Amino acid sequence: MIILLIIIGMSVVTMLPRVIPAFIVDKLQFKDWVNRWLNAIPYAALGALIFPGVLSINADKPHIGLIGGFVAIILAYVGLNVIFVVIGAILSVFLLTTLL
Amino acid sequence: MDTVSENKKNYFSSMLMIKRGLAVGFPIMLGYIPIAITYGVLAKQAGLSLMELTLMSVLVFAGASQFMGANMIALGAGAVEIIIATFVLNFRHFVMSLSFMNRLREVDLKWKFPLSLGLTDETFAVSSLHTNEAKEEKGFLFYGALTLTAYLSWVIGSFLGGVLGKVIPETLSQSMGIALYAMFIGLLVPSVKKELRVGLIAVIAMLINVICLQFMSSGWAIVAGTVLGGLSGVFLLKEERR
Repeated sequence: MIILLIIIGMSVVTMLPRVIPAFIVDKLQFKDWVNRWLNAIPYAALGALIFPGVLSINADKPHIGLIGGFVAIILAYVGLNVIFVVIGAILSVFLLTTLL
Repeated sequence: MDTVSENKKNYFSSMLMIKRGLAVGFPIMLGYIPIAITYGVLAKQAGLSLMELTLMSVLVFAGASQFMGANMIALGAGAVEIIIATFVLNFRHFVMSLSFMNRLREVDLKWKFPLSLGLTDETFAVSSLHTNEAKEEKGFLFYGALTLTAYLSWVIGSFLGGVLGKVIPETLSQSMGIALYAMFIGLLVPSVKKELRVGLIAVIAMLINVICLQFMSSGWAIVAGTVLGGLSGVFLLKEERR
């Protein structure tokens, strides 16, 4: 029973931050600089989500995540589709962990 | 006659949007399934029943906080403590949702609402780097399809983890841990190639994140990196060509 309560509580506190913006953007008109700020959020979020998190995929060996990340950068840079970037990075990490 | 061909055109444009959404959602699925299975295994070990752990995925749909929640339940932490920790960890979705919903201004609230419910780091990242669909008539179907792909992968993966236990060998699941990071990189790099300043925004956010991690939890550090890093965009991004 208490677990069910915890789940519902977790659900409410994750739902509210996600949903409130859907209602407030209809009510608000933002200044230009705020729009520029909000348009930059995806890139900033990607930066903050990638690093240093990528180092933690193998907690003992941060270089494995680092190398996997670099493989992804190269594959993406040559213009491969995201799915091949992902598969290439998985393969490189797999090879690194099994061979080294 | 006219309405028939109109309907057909509508149908095809809807199908096209859904197909495109599924295609860009596929990398998320690839990343989510092994993590969801791992969550299922861990939650089972933490003492949650199959119903409870699946219900958590259905109702919460947030990876990091579900891992944390299951862990804290196993450690016997109090309900209030767990719920507050979840709020802190997921507060970043407020900032992300605000950014995404601002993009979707043209879209009706009855679509914005479910899309916002399905917002995670990953669905946000993929959705907001595909901005053109927001201006198209059936664009919400594109975002809906990718969000639903992510959601179902997460829920089904958790259930499988709870039922089957450790089905994926350790080395493989660890290797697949790079998947979502690789997806983030695969999304970011083409934008940086197009506009170098975008890369600068990301690097500033990374640095702020690293600095903040020294004295705050990872939840707040990501919020700080995102919000403050995004502020550099006020100076770095050109006027929006809406």
